[in-house]
This record gives sequence, structure tokens and C-alpha cells, in this order.
Amino acid sequence: MAWGTPEPVVLPPTGAHSIHIRGAHVSFDAGAGRTGPLFDNLEAEFSAGVFTCILGSSGVGKSSLLRLIAGLPPRRGTASGVVTDGDGRPLTGRIVYMDQRDLLLPWMTVLDNVLLGARLRGEPRQRGRALGLLQAVGLSGWEDARPEVLSGGMRQRAALARTLMEDRPFVLMDEPFQAVDAITRLLLQDLSARLLAGRTVVLVTHDPIEALRIGHHVQVLAGSPARLDAPVAPPGVPPRDPADPALVGLYRVLIARLQQAAK
Amino acid sequence: MTAQPPFSVTRPRGMARWWGPGLRNIGRALVTIGGLLLLWQAVVWATGVAPYILPAPRVVAIAWLGRPDYLLTNAAVTAAEMLLGLLFGGVLGAASAVLIAAVAPARRWLMPVLIVSQAVPVFALAPVLVLWFGYGMASKVVMATLIIYFPVAAAFLDGLRRTEPGWLDLAHVMTRDRWAIVRAVRIPAALPALASGLRVAAAVAPIGAVIGEWVGSGAGLGFVMLHANGRAQTDLMFAALATLSALALITYFAMDWGLRRALPWQPESPPDDRHL
Repeated sequence: MAWGTPEPVVLPPTGAHSIHIRGAHVSFDAGAGRTGPLFDNLEAEFSAGVFTCILGSSGVGKSSLLRLIAGLPPRRGTASGVVTDGDGRPLTGRIVYMDQRDLLLPWMTVLDNVLLGARLRGEPRQRGRALGLLQAVGLSGWEDARPEVLSGGMRQRAALARTLMEDRPFVLMDEPFQAVDAITRLLLQDLSARLLAGRTVVLVTHDPIEALRIGHHVQVLAGSPARLDAPVAPPGVPPRDPADPALVGLYRVLIARLQQAAK
Repeated sequence: MTAQPPFSVTRPRGMARWWGPGLRNIGRALVTIGGLLLLWQAVVWATGVAPYILPAPRVVAIAWLGRPDYLLTNAAVTAAEMLLGLLFGGVLGAASAVLIAAVAPARRWLMPVLIVSQAVPVFALAPVLVLWFGYGMASKVVMATLIIYFPVAAAFLDGLRRTEPGWLDLAHVMTRDRWAIVRAVRIPAALPALASGLRVAAAVAPIGAVIGEWVGSGAGLGFVMLHANGRAQTDLMFAALATLSALALITYFAMDWGLRRALPWQPESPPDDRHL
């Protein structure tokens, strides 16, 4: 696979900020009277310029946490709370969000999908930078194709290019590499770790190895209502080699925490 | 036994996926129609039914060939009424759907109107429309517009309400401009639904035009049918009916073809009886 050199197309981060969540209440409503609190007075802080990976089992509220930060209303249920940067300002307009599904618009070419944000905001199309990012994710020559002809892994790479194109200081990623094959996943993890360096990233995943490869901080979200535990900081610079013995020890720690939470 | 390759599949694209190669299908359709015409001719021969009750296809063809100018001129009038009705009904229906979907006051005020408009039997309005808009084309265009408006508005509104939530989440994080999201995401995503509405509209357009012509007119295929019926020229009536059917088919397939060309990204699954 020919993967271009991404360095020239990535702009330096424009002043990293931390993310502060105060007094967050989120309750889910699954219908038929099945309601309950996901978060009760949740307090959390994600450090400025740090890649934080949040681990948790399915349904614990990982996606709800990202939606809360992104300012998106819950799919079902209610949410309240205050989310600000370190200076007490809201994050609105400074966030980019990447879902586990590629969410490419089927009527647009790959290039137009990468340029979607600029189009929605009426900004000029930075075609050159978009093409550079497509090259960085290994999609050179596919810019005029419609998403339907791309494989699942290629589509998710296009979604990563769209995410990088937004060039935001706050990056929220919801299991972004879940649906791709193992090799593509490694490549996308490497790319994300390199291209998003310096930004405040919150990535949720249920894969401890992924978290240990690319996270500066790894936290476990567990319980009902859910809480975040203290962050684990693996040694070394991401992307790390998961076979590193230091990581194996941390892997056992994280698995133990997840097993504890499952009880 | 002929040798077959162990595995050879070319997935047909577009309409061919449903209908197989086009020419062969047109051939099949002609064979079917020809067979039905022969059956019709045979019934007339066998029963000796009077031509003013049921003229034989041969007689209808002779009637058509006897006055092609008359039939085609009137067909052009009906076609113009249908096309104008499709234009006005399509534009009004699509605009109403966007307003209802995107503007909260429009939803509260226009939605009941949309529903009540369907409670009124539109055909019953035809005499009133002729009274208001006269015997000319205007009353028929209004009739066709009214008939076309609802399927277009209802189908498009349905599509506008069913936008993939993930696309909207993505767009809402990218911008706070609601209209930009409507323009760039909601409306394009609903175009296949609008296309369904327009297909139905193309199918009902001839009904609107002809009903209008029946109530009162001086031109059009509906007028020809009524006029010929009154003079017991049943063969001419059938000739007009055949012309109208051809017009309806051309309108529907032209609309279908145009919509497929306009929305090439629209997913279309093959029918279930096509296996590898």
C-alpha cells in the first residue's frame, strides 16, 4: 500500500486547550419505561494537547460522553452539564467529530466529502490541502470516485481525511477504526497519532491495545452511573509497539479494571 | 451439453438489473401487446359484436390513420396540460415539503392544509375549476397541479424527515447554519424520495388532465373521447384512448429515465429472484 508522506499538509495546532466537563447529567430512555442515569454529576477533565483514549464496555456511555462534549443532544433521553475549554469558553465551532461509521455522503465525490465542512460554512475550498490529505491516507486517485465504489477501509480513510481537513483543536473520535481490517487499523492508528499530535483528542474504544498504542492517557469509563478512573500514562511516544513489555504490564492493569467494572 | 465457465457473473447495471437487456424487453412487450390485440380481434370476430360497442383493433387503427392530425393536435394539448401540471405541482409540492420540514411555523400552519387538501376529493372540484378558470387549458393545468401536488409533497417530506441522523450530527458539529445543513445534507438525501413522488406524479398526470377535459373543454384527448362517444364514433374514441395510453407511458418512462440519470448514486438492490 502506498501511503504518502503527510507532513506538509498538516497545519500546526493553533493553541491547545483542555476540556472540562462539570456537573454532567445524562439519562437514557430506551422506551418501555427502561430509563436510568448514564452519568450523575460527572466531572472530567482532558488535558490540553493530549491524546486521551477512553476504554469501556458496550453501553457504558462512551458515545454519550463524546456527544456531550460535541454538544449533540442524546439520541434518546436527556443531557445537561457544562463543557468548556480551560478558559471557561464553550467549545462550539472548534470541534471535529469522527464516528465509527464513515458517514460519507453518497451523492458527493470523495473530494467533496473531505471538503464538506468548508462547504457547509461557505468557506473557500482548499482543494490542494484536501488532495494532500487524501494522499496521506493512501487515497490518491480516488478523489473523483463516489463512496459506494470504495471498500470499507477506504471509506474510513476518507472519513479520517475529512476529520483532518477540519483542522480543529478538539478532536472527538468514536471507535473510529472499529470497522476496518487489522492492517488498515494499524496504519490509521499511526496516521492519527502523528497527524493529530498537539491537539486535544478524546478517542473512545473498547480495544485496550488500541488505547495503549496511540493514547498519551488511557482512562476506563465504568459503572452505573458511569465514572472515569484516573488516567494511565503509558511510557514512550505514540504510536507505540504493542509488543513492548512495559505495555504488556499496563494491558493487564487495564484488563483488570475492565473486568472489575464488569462485575 | 455445452461447456460452461465454472463461475462467470457480470452484475447488470441500472434498469437492466431489473429488466434484462433493453431491446429484448421491448421485443417481449411488443409480443405481449400484439398477442392481446390478436385476442381482442378474435373476440370481435367470434362474437360478431357491433362496432359501436367494441370496434376491432383493425377498425381502431383505421380510425387513427384516418385522422392522425386531429388526434396528435389534441394529444399535444393534453401533453402540454400534463407537463405544466407536473411543473407546477412538482415545484409547489417540493417547496411545501421543504418549508414544512425546515420551518417550524410552516409545519404548524401548512401541515393541516396539506392533509385537509387530500380529504377533499379533487375530482369533485373539476366543475368549479372550469367555472373559475374557463374552458381553456388553465383549468386542466390547475386540476393536474392539484392531483400532482400531494404525492410529490408527501413523498419528499417523508424523505426530508428521514435523513440519516449520523449525517446530521456530523453537519451540526461542522456548522451552526441550519439552512446550510438543509441545503447540503437534508435536501440531497431526500432526493430519491422526491423521485418516488415524481414517478407517481407522472402516472397520475394524465388522469388530472383528462378529468379536467371531460368536465368542459374544446380540445385535448379527453375532449376527443367525449365528443366521439357522443356521436357513437366508438372507433375514434378507442383511437384517442390508445393515444392517451401511449402518452402516459412515454411520460412515465421519460420521468423514470430522467430521474435515474439525475440520481446515479441512489442505491438500487437487485431483485431477489436473480441469483448468481
